Order: sequence, then C-alpha cells, then structure tokens
Amino acid sequence: MTAPLPSQPAPGAATGPWRHVPDAIDFSCRLPLLVLFLSSAIWLVIGSLGYLLASIKFHSPNFLASPAWLSYGRLQPAASNAVLYGGVVQAALGVVLWMLARLGETPAQRVSLTFGASLWNLGVTIGFLGILAGDTTGFATLEFPRYSVLFLMLGYLVMGVCGAIIFHGRQRRKTFVAQWFIFAALFWFPWIYSTAELLLMVFPVRGVDQAVIAWWYAENLLTVWFGLIGLATVFHFIARLLDRELHSQYLALLTFWLLILFGGWSGIPSTAPVPAWMPSISTVATVLMVVPLLAVAMNVHCTLSGRFAALKENGSLPFILLGAVSFLLAGAMKIVGVLCDVQQELVLTWFTSARTQLYLFGFVAMALSGAIYYILPRLVGTGVAAPKLVRLHFWLAAGGILFLIVPLAGAGIVECLGLQNAKLSFMDIFKSTLPFLRVSTMGYLLLLVANALFLLNLSRLVVQFYRERAAAALAVATEDLFKRAEAKA
Amino acid sequence: MRYGPLIFLSAFFAMAASWFGFVLMPHVQIGFLQQTNTVPAGATYPLGRAGFAREGLDVYRANGCAACHTEQIGQTATVCDVVLEKAGTNETALLNAIHQVRTNLSALETKSLLEQLPQTVLQGLPKDKADEAAKILSVAGSKATSWIVPVGADIARGWGKRRTVADDFLYDYPVMLGSERIGPDLANIAARQPDPNWHLRHLYAPRLDVPGSPMPPFPFLFEKRKIEHRPSPDALSLPVELAPPPGYEIVPKLEAKALVAYLTSLQADAPLFVAPLSVAAPVETNAPAGDTNSTNSPATNAPAK
Repeated sequence: MTAPLPSQPAPGAATGPWRHVPDAIDFSCRLPLLVLFLSSAIWLVIGSLGYLLASIKFHSPNFLASPAWLSYGRLQPAASNAVLYGGVVQAALGVVLWMLARLGETPAQRVSLTFGASLWNLGVTIGFLGILAGDTTGFATLEFPRYSVLFLMLGYLVMGVCGAIIFHGRQRRKTFVAQWFIFAALFWFPWIYSTAELLLMVFPVRGVDQAVIAWWYAENLLTVWFGLIGLATVFHFIARLLDRELHSQYLALLTFWLLILFGGWSGIPSTAPVPAWMPSISTVATVLMVVPLLAVAMNVHCTLSGRFAALKENGSLPFILLGAVSFLLAGAMKIVGVLCDVQQELVLTWFTSARTQLYLFGFVAMALSGAIYYILPRLVGTGVAAPKLVRLHFWLAAGGILFLIVPLAGAGIVECLGLQNAKLSFMDIFKSTLPFLRVSTMGYLLLLVANALFLLNLSRLVVQFYRERAAAALAVATEDLFKRAEAKA
Repeated sequence: MRYGPLIFLSAFFAMAASWFGFVLMPHVQIGFLQQTNTVPAGATYPLGRAGFAREGLDVYRANGCAACHTEQIGQTATVCDVVLEKAGTNETALLNAIHQVRTNLSALETKSLLEQLPQTVLQGLPKDKADEAAKILSVAGSKATSWIVPVGADIARGWGKRRTVADDFLYDYPVMLGSERIGPDLANIAARQPDPNWHLRHLYAPRLDVPGSPMPPFPFLFEKRKIEHRPSPDALSLPVELAPPPGYEIVPKLEAKALVAYLTSLQADAPLFVAPLSVAAPVETNAPAGDTNSTNSPATNAPAK
C-alpha cells in the first residue's frame, strides 16, 4: 500500500514491509477479538445448520413440518440472519478492529470492545430466537424483531466508536488505503441501520416506500458495507501475506470511490411496483460497477503475479484469493443478470439467491476466514493453527460454495426459461428446478462441515492458549504457596 | 492526510447520494401516496384490507410466507387490441373496412371474423394505430373499440392482468413483496382461487389438491379436537388417509382463517391511471373494481401504522 512500516531492527524477526512484532497492541485486542471470532464461528455453524435443515425440506416437505418454529418460512430467514449478523458481521468487525489497531499502531479499548461484542451477541441471540418464535419483521435482511435491535445498535455503537477512537489515535499519520475503506464502513453501518429501523419499525412509512427502504438497506449492507470491509481485507492481506506492497494504491482508491458512489444504488429489482426511474437507476448503477470490479481484478492479479507458489505455502492466502474471485464472479453475475433480455423473470428466481450466497459465503466469509487464520495465532502468541486442518477447511468451503452456487444458479436459469413459456404450468417449472435444489443441499452440508471445522480450528488455538496461561498462573500461585510453606518450615 | 476533512466530506456525500436517491426521493414521491380512482369507473382504490385480512397479513409475516412467494407482477409493455363488438347493418362496408385494416386477410377469412362477436380484429398495436383502425371500422357502421392490454410473461401465465403498482400495497404493513418465486406469485391469488375452503385444505395438506407441491404443510395452524354434540361447520373435509380418527375433527385455528382471509383479499387488477387496462363494461357497473376483498365497508381504513 503506501509506505512500509518503519523498520525497527529486532533480532530474529522477519524483515520486509509487514513484519509483525507481538506487543501491547495484540494484548489489547485479544479478549474482544477472541469473543468476536469465536462467536462468529458459532453463529456460522448455527446458520449453516439452519440452511441445511431448510434445504432438506426440498427433499421432503413434511420433514420437521410440525413445530411452527422449524417451518421453512421461519428457519430460512433465521439462518440467513444468523449467518449475516452473527457470522460475517462479527468476523468483519473483529478483522476491522485488528487492522485499525495494527495499521495505526494504537492499542484497542479492551473492556469496551468486549462489552460491545457481548451486546451484539445478545442482540443476535434475541433476534434469532425472535424470528423462530414468529416475530420477524417481514423485511428481507432486517428480519430481527424490534426488541433485539436496541442491543445490536448499542453493541455496534460501542465497537464503532472504539474503532473511530483507534483510528483517531493512530501513531502513523499517513494512512493506508485499507484504513479509508474501514473508516467509511464504520460510519456507514449505523447510518443505514438506523435509517432502516426508524423508517420501517419506529415511524413506519407508507406502502411500497417500506419495500424501497428495505431494498436500499440490503444493498448498502451487502454491496457497500461488506464490499468495503471485504475489499480492505483482500487488499491488505494479499499484500501482507506476500510480504510486498499492493500493486496500485490508485486503483484501490478508484475502487473505493466508485464503490461508495454506485454501490448503494443497485438494489431495486425491475419487477418492483415502484415508479420506473428507480429500477432504471438501479440497472445503470449495477452496470457501472463493472469499473470497480475490473480495478479489483487488476490490482489483485498484479499484486499476486509471479508469486502463485505462495498459495501452497501460506494457509490464509487461498482463502483471500477465493474471496477476491468470488467477489468478481458475484459482481459479474449481477451485471449479466440485469443486462439479459429476461431480467424481469430472472431477478425473482434462485439466480439472485445464488449470487447473494456466493457474495456472502464466497467473498466475505472466505476473505475474513483467511484474515482470522492470520490474526488469531498472533493474538495468542502460538504458531499457526494446524495447517492441514486449515487447508481442509479451505477445500471443504470451496467445495460447499461450488455445490451451492452452481446448482442454485442453474435452478434460477431453468426457472427463468420456464417462466417465459406460459403454457408450462408453474408446478412443472418447479419440478424442473428440483434436481438442482437437491444438489444444493450437498453444498449446505459441506459448508456446515467447513464452518464446524473453522470453529474447531479457532477453539483449539484458544483452548491451548488459555490452558497454557492457566498452567503458568497455577505454577506462579503454587510457587508462592511452596515458598510460604518453606518459609514456615 | 492533508486533505483529511475534504476527503471525509466527499466520501460522506458519495455515500449519502444513495440515501437521497432511494430514501428521501421515494418518500417524497410514494411516501405520501393517497387513495386513487379506478379508470374509467372512478371507484375508490385501494380500500384497504378488512380487519380479519389484516390480521392474516400478520400470520403471513410471522410464518415467512414471503420466503417462497412474491407479490409482484412484471409487465414488459402495454399494447392495444382492436375489438369489434357489434357488426352494425352495412356488412359490405364493414368487410371493406376490415380488409383495409388487415390487408393480409382473404375475403373468406374476413367474413368468418364476423361470425362470432365480439371479435379481436387486431392485436398488439400502439394506441394511435389502434384508435385509427377502430375509427375506420366505426365509420363503416360497426361498434369497434381499442382495448388497452398489458403484456408480459407473468400476465400471459395468468398471474395478473396488469403489473403491480405502489397503489396496490398502500395500506399494508409490512409490505412483503417477496424476492423469490419458489411458489407461484400471489398478487392475484384471490382472482385465481377465491374459495377459502380450498385455501384451508391447501394449508393443512398442500399435496391434496396440488400433487407434488413443495409447500410445507402448516399443521400448527389447525387443531384436532373431539367432536362435541355435532361436527363443527369449519371442520376440514379430508380424504380417508388424512382424516382424523373417528370422533375427532380438524378445525382451523383463528390464525388459519385470518391467513386465508388475507390470501382471498389479494387481488391487484383494478384499472388505474398508472397501470391502465380495459375491462369489460358489465363488471364495472356492479361492484367497483377496487373492491376486491368482498367487503362493502366504506373506505375508513387509516394509513398503516
């Protein structure tokens, strides 16, 4: 990115721009980040389990039909919110806070951040149970009931303010591009979340205006917020892991400006019952996103070029690269989706959810997992997590994404083509998509196993760390005891 | 960061642009939408859902029906058909006139057109062309009108007569348009399937009337209870394999009835200024087209809270 870190000669430390020296910054981050990362992994497991159960219902609609809280209409939104707010948002916040502290060389607010993370988890838990209990709000991506939102908002504000303070108190005045991305994202979430909650829950607006605001929020969360954080992670960690600088800071800046300028506009589907200018603007904005996509592709490719061998050596790098590739693919799917002739039918099929899942599981979750595998061992001061298990996690996740996205996109295209033919009954169209949906269950199963492995890998490190600490503490305590006993004797 | 504040402000405005565009502007335009009138009947639209149907909206929300069903009809264009309603007395002149607007017809085909009226003479024209053709036919002494016809894949499928517009959801809270068609679109389900008993049976055992349906059953919206003195009139009539043991009956709970009341209120096909279509005249005279949920209550519905 900009300038390499100032070199402090330390014996035994690796040289190069991204040399890492464990210090007070790691200590200040440790507790809150462990809370964020571990609970993120737990929510990812819960969410993918929910997705799996919902998907099994396509094999047999009577499967778990009887308890109301396990019906598809409750399980599916609960799972997607668990993955979104419990899983990826928490992982994102953890990675973001670490990057802010590390790049600014400023310690983080240990207690406040832990408190914020706990509040957020409380909110997610209450919201998740609320959806299962039938208290969903009915707005896509905002399903958490109103009574859980206060905890989420407060939790975020605590963490967001801490993030802003860390950024403000940075020791290095010159900023990295990643810090721009993160700083913008820190501010953007409370704005979109409070706007959406206020106008949909507290002072609800009239009629379809609600749907427009919900679409605006969802698009800003996915494209802008996750885009900013995911790309910051990709840019920063590709450079850090390869021990070189990002190919072009200017391309990254271009990505930044275009993403925040166009990203928030592309959410209104062309079938929406709204005045025609809104879907039209959405289409234009979606197509304009091709520029940041190309900029990202170029930047990542050029940074990586000549160093592909590092993919084999480094555990985190494949995750980051898969994240970048998924970002490009999901973006391309979206552009193709609005440009094709049959976009009006395509937008309401499985194709859209294939793209969303690719974006969330492929781009955001993968990039963040890679970052976490880099960060966590440094926080607890041990070696890398078992490299073979990390590699296994990667392949399971990659396989899961493949088995999820390809069938879902296929189902979407088949459904779209079927909908064009009015003579084909809807039941027949559905039946033609059914084989695809059944294959996608396999994808969810693989993702569940991958996420469970992620949780296992993280908790092994954490358990190891605390066991060592407990042993050391015990040794110190007992040593004291022995001394006293000796003194008495 | 010499230009820190400047960069911050620029980023702020770049991000806020979509807020102005998709929160503020839609609020100005459709956030203050009022009831409108159907065209040309002039009936008030929409009337808002009856109380029970509105409770049903809550059941629809709580059980996530919108996860599988959309309530939005797409439309690719609006075209005009020319319909010949009455032949009049001067058949020769009319045949000539038809031949004039449809030059590719043979004399025999032209004549066979007149055997059954009303007859669509021309399809898929722009409005001015259709009016012109209708005028040519009218001059020949017949009664011909140009009809406004919305077209699109959803409409061809029979899911609706026109695209859905903001007016259709004016009083709903929350508005659940759905994003995925795992099941059929429900924007006009009341027009396709107005029978509440069908819906109740479908909710209890979806595969009964729709073989192979992927819809999960909703047994928790029903209760099995012992028949006291006489069977309840609400009890579902089920085939032997699904029927409860003798002496028991399956009765819909209040939620199920409310949900069905909501479903049978879903009909967004009133001809509006923003979504014009021609409807047959007799239908217009009896009940206002906007009056879709079979309640004749006056429009006392307050805006959604």
